[in-house]
Amino acid sequence: MAFGAFAGGPEAAPGVAAAQRKSRIVLLLLLPGVIYLAITYVAPLISLVLTSLQSPSPDLAIGSYVYGFNVGNYVVALQTYAPVLGRSFLFALTATVLTLLIGYPLAYFIGVTLRRFPLLQSLALVLVIAPFFISFLLRTLAWKQIFSDEGPVVSFLQALSLLPHDAHLTGTPFMVIFGLTYNFLPFTVLPMYTSLERLDLRYLEAASDLYASRWNTFWRVTFPLSLPGVVSGTLLTFIPATGDYINASPSFLGGLDTAMIGNVIEQNFLVLQNYPVAAAMSIVLMVAILIPVAIYVSATKTEDLL
Amino acid sequence: MSGRFRGWGVAVYSIVVFAILLVPIGYTVLFSFNDARRTNIIWRGFTLDNWTGICDDARVCGAFGASIGVGIAATLVACALGTAIAIALVRFRFRFRNALTILLFLPMATPEIVLGAGLSSQLVNLGIEKNLVTVTIAHVMFCISFVVVTVRARAASLDPALEEAGRDLYGSPAQVFWRVTFPLLLPGIVAAALLSFALSFDDFIITNFVSGSAETLPKYIYIAAARGIPAQANVFASLIFFLAIAAVIAISLIGAARRKRLLRA
Repeated sequence: MAFGAFAGGPEAAPGVAAAQRKSRIVLLLLLPGVIYLAITYVAPLISLVLTSLQSPSPDLAIGSYVYGFNVGNYVVALQTYAPVLGRSFLFALTATVLTLLIGYPLAYFIGVTLRRFPLLQSLALVLVIAPFFISFLLRTLAWKQIFSDEGPVVSFLQALSLLPHDAHLTGTPFMVIFGLTYNFLPFTVLPMYTSLERLDLRYLEAASDLYASRWNTFWRVTFPLSLPGVVSGTLLTFIPATGDYINASPSFLGGLDTAMIGNVIEQNFLVLQNYPVAAAMSIVLMVAILIPVAIYVSATKTEDLL
Repeated sequence: MSGRFRGWGVAVYSIVVFAILLVPIGYTVLFSFNDARRTNIIWRGFTLDNWTGICDDARVCGAFGASIGVGIAATLVACALGTAIAIALVRFRFRFRNALTILLFLPMATPEIVLGAGLSSQLVNLGIEKNLVTVTIAHVMFCISFVVVTVRARAASLDPALEEAGRDLYGSPAQVFWRVTFPLLLPGIVAAALLSFALSFDDFIITNFVSGSAETLPKYIYIAAARGIPAQANVFASLIFFLAIAAVIAISLIGAARRKRLLRA
């Protein structure tokens, strides 16, 4: 594999000089990007850990802290906000399961049924990614208006007496989960589509030749073969959904009692300037996401995705 | 064929899901034509005023300009850094390769709010003022990994014999790079650039933590959401939407035309 684009011209003899030259080029290519990520990704995470251990400064000025080893921030974060953390996981998990249930047939339709119609397949893919091209915040606000108390959906449901006259949809957990499901559906569909698009239909024929029922064919052939797509799709939804603070914000689809961990972190960081507790919560969130994700990835035997 | 979903059921179902996916887009575009005075919530009749007076609201216009500027700057830097890493990963074996792969994967797997909180605490601890420069720096960070993934896929599919041919014809390493490797990588770099710009342009979660009082379009929408958003925000969003769709259609048409030409040749 050492046919370097720059690893020496045709006359360069393989030797110490060429090897030195090669390693210099590799360094030149890698260093700028790696240093950039070290400064803007690794260092901030270290800074976050240091911040999460800070104590209020002795002069008690708001937003002013000194370095220390104050584990109390984690105690505060876990004691005060455990219900919020639980709610975040519940909402994100529900939305992930919903995107999977709603998205799988769609991915199957695009990847398998539309295979014979390449033009329709491309059109369907454009439709799936179309929401990415319009502001995430405006999309979410559009749902808020549509489901608002004066909006068409609530009026319609009230006219059918399916909803009491003083009922709201915006500000409820239903609406937050709806928003998360809507906003992350394309993230689930695209990887599942990629897996299903590669599915060799001859396996399905073989299964039916062996007298497998439709149901057995699906569970024992189609689904296992599409598992890598399912795993990356659900991760692409679950990880950002857990930390999301748009859908659950009262200015968008949420209410006062639907706050997710992201809302609390944002509030503490940017409004209350309570940096240490906000940092402690961010660390807790990251660990709380990485552990189940690691278990999930190893349980589904899809480590090579990473 | 047994073992497959019934054709018509899944087709009708998919059309319904597509329709629901498109509802907020239609709503946003429709309300860019609303004759709204101050808050753009209730439909008051059709007008083109918001489109003709696109910069009547100076704050929206400024936020849009900031988003475009940050997007272009972040895309250029991320593409340069990311392409270099992608080339190194495909063309060379080196120590710490696995560590580098993990370093590139982590920013994509870390929840955005943790990235934002980390950057914010770093800026606070170092006493650095938050502005559009810090926003751009943050956007480059989360774009690099996506650039590497996209360009690497393209670079891995290239035939190394082409570069060897360039060297056999006495091309200097620089000539071989600029006249063989780079043109061949270009489709991957263009795709990575479009992706980076889209990610940067629509990012709010991280921007909110590193922008201080500076405003990008999503930040402006977030602040204005509580009291009502002027229709010009919808105009800018619709404009970008139609440009993006046009770009996607143009790229797929060019790709289809090229494939046809190759098949004929």
